[in-house]
Amino acid sequence: MGTIQPRVIEPSDETVLVHAAKAGDISAFEELVKRYDRNVFRIAQHITQNREDAEDVVQDAFLKAFQNLANFQEQSKFYTWLVRIAVNEALMRLRRRRPERMVSLDEDIKTEEDSMPREVADWAPNPEQLYTQGELKEILGKTIQGLPPSFRTVFVLRDVEGLSTEETADALDLSIPAVKSRLLRARLQLRERLSKYFKNRTGGDGKK
Amino acid sequence: MTCSDFLQELTDYLDGAMDAQTHAELEDHLQWCHNCYVVCNTTKMTIEIYRDSQLYELPEDLRGRLRAAILSKCQGHGSEGQ
Repeated sequence: MGTIQPRVIEPSDETVLVHAAKAGDISAFEELVKRYDRNVFRIAQHITQNREDAEDVVQDAFLKAFQNLANFQEQSKFYTWLVRIAVNEALMRLRRRRPERMVSLDEDIKTEEDSMPREVADWAPNPEQLYTQGELKEILGKTIQGLPPSFRTVFVLRDVEGLSTEETADALDLSIPAVKSRLLRARLQLRERLSKYFKNRTGGDGKK
Repeated sequence: MTCSDFLQELTDYLDGAMDAQTHAELEDHLQWCHNCYVVCNTTKMTIEIYRDSQLYELPEDLRGRLRAAILSKCQGHGSEGQ
């Protein structure tokens, strides 16, 4: 069985752009915004699960990055540094909306039981084709929304955005074992929940 | 190797981040354990479906508005590094 191939990150003249932006070149910073605004929006919406909050996160994360460029030591990639800012902004908004629930990246589930596979029916060969594009997005959105914020944050960074385990740990201030543990549980919980939509239905037409 | 051992290694297996010997042991387990085969295969599909889904894409009109707002705020505030 093959492995998951990471998303290829474009080779970059990023250092040049970052240095120019640090020197106050706004058009260089605009290039960085263009390069990463889609990623920041996707991450923000995965975490906050709210469109308005995601828009605010994009604006505030880039503004904060611009204001703090002088403090960016370039020990990590600019993108990893930006993701760290965006994740913090997103979690802050989530806490504001759900003050009754403590939202923290350290939040953990006590037992492994929540991730033990119960559904072991195989899926249809091309499960995404069982639904229209709109239906599929609704299913995926609803499913990931049910995950604890700490799990969906790790999942979106590793599996959707293609950050390495080390970059994810760096962006979230988590240890590598903590990233791996959350990622495993996020993947297994999503798989479990998606099984009811995608499993092979012998003799049926595959639809609900 | 038990199914529980397999599950613990699943993330590293899917990411191709393991030594050759452990990889061979996992492949061997998959040969005879149908449940782990299904879990592994459908977990891989889960990741691929999310990666390819274009869930939460930023619409172009909103993208333009956000970029204009960001740049205007940046010009207004200035970088502390300047």
